[in-house]
Amino acid sequence: MQRREFLNILAGTAVAMLMLPLNALAAIWNKAAFEASKLEEATKNLAINGEIPSKDIEIIAPDRAENGAIVQIEITSRIPNTEAMSVFVEHNPTALIGNFMFSNGALPYLVTRIKMAETSDVKIIVKAGDKYYTNSKAVEVLENGCG
Amino acid sequence: MDSNMKMRAKLTGDVTEVKLIISHPMETGRKKDDAGQLIPAHFIQLVTANLNDKPVLEVQWGTGISKNPYLTFHLKGAKVGDKITVTWHDNLGKTASGEVAVVQA
Repeated sequence: MQRREFLNILAGTAVAMLMLPLNALAAIWNKAAFEASKLEEATKNLAINGEIPSKDIEIIAPDRAENGAIVQIEITSRIPNTEAMSVFVEHNPTALIGNFMFSNGALPYLVTRIKMAETSDVKIIVKAGDKYYTNSKAVEVLENGCG
Repeated sequence: MDSNMKMRAKLTGDVTEVKLIISHPMETGRKKDDAGQLIPAHFIQLVTANLNDKPVLEVQWGTGISKNPYLTFHLKGAKVGDKITVTWHDNLGKTASGEVAVVQA
């Protein structure tokens, strides 16, 4: 039930955006997860549990980032049937960076740029079927990017 | 295409690479201005990408995405001339869309 909830939250986004007025978007966006300061609290609010460590999640990020305001990350999941990826920075003021859901031929791959307040693991959680997988990459941050 | 978004979509083999950058402050709400006043949070919360009106990517963002958000994603099944549309919504109710046609790399 919890897992289904996670998917529903993500899957509902597109449909709901077509149907709801703008001020109702707040209801789709997972406020509790995004405002959680602790990683465990964020994953709990996304109904993620029992994630399995996996080297089939590849994370390309710098070992050292000069400026935490812009840290480019590239993520590839080689786990079959990957449906969604969540990105976390454990030591940020709010740990959850984003949720990405793939459908209709989108490959489980993304490049984006994130803010990092201090040296931390970048943690990725992948959802495939009813299972969760995770991998992390440590990034040393020389200058706070969360201002 | 909207001026606040730059997009391109290039087909190589059977994979289309879509790259986009959106002009947006992505304020966390924790930063202070020169007068010491907190700058209110202003950030994109939702981004959706469609291939010819069929959803391919749905994204929820928090304040941890860098200013002027950048995103690359990959698609299978798109052809030259197909239409990629990206729409974003932020926490202040602002929204914008961009559109680009798939070209051969």
